[in-house]
Amino acid sequence: MAKSKPTRLTNSIRALRFASGEMTQAQLAESIGVTRQTVIAIEQGRYSPSLEMAFQIARVLKVPLDEVFHYPDGEGEQ
Amino acid sequence: MSYEEKGTWVYLVTSAGAYAVYLAIVVGRLLSTPAPEVSYVPVLVWTAFASIIATTVGRVVFETARPSDSRRADARDKEISRFGEHAARWFIVAGASAGLAMAMVKWDYFWIANAIYLGFVLWAVAGSALKLVAYRRGL
Repeated sequence: MAKSKPTRLTNSIRALRFASGEMTQAQLAESIGVTRQTVIAIEQGRYSPSLEMAFQIARVLKVPLDEVFHYPDGEGEQ
Repeated sequence: MSYEEKGTWVYLVTSAGAYAVYLAIVVGRLLSTPAPEVSYVPVLVWTAFASIIATTVGRVVFETARPSDSRRADARDKEISRFGEHAARWFIVAGASAGLAMAMVKWDYFWIANAIYLGFVLWAVAGSALKLVAYRRGL
């Protein structure tokens, strides 16, 4: 992952999908009304979802929002 | 590759291709005819029309060869589309400004029309290219 990412937001979606009965990217995508490519982009940190979509993902994965998405401490503070 | 990303590829290729054909024909005529006498309007209209048809056909062909899971644009597709069109809008502004300046100094219609057309083409091509970069590298 040497390439710089457009967001500092990280996530555990991939691990949580597997913990949720091996949920596929396509199943998650269908549950939240996006394309599979968008789920892939979110998992790889190439796209920051809206707050509403983030809550939808957390709800589908049945975990609190801060277990799905993480933001590094001290980053972005001036 | 999502349905919208495929569409962006097709639009990029057809927009650039149609303008290349237009340019080849018109520049060829310009070499032997003074600009005010060059017949460019039918070529411009036909290449623009052909570009629309080619985009439609291209999307169908691409989709047949590599079917998408869904044909609906989602939130990411819409954000990327807005980003590309917004970032490339300066080409439209530049084309219109150049056309305005040419009209004010009474340049021939040929140059005014071509400056504006070039602005539209650059907007389409640069906007599509920026969208594809955003699809690949992220927003």
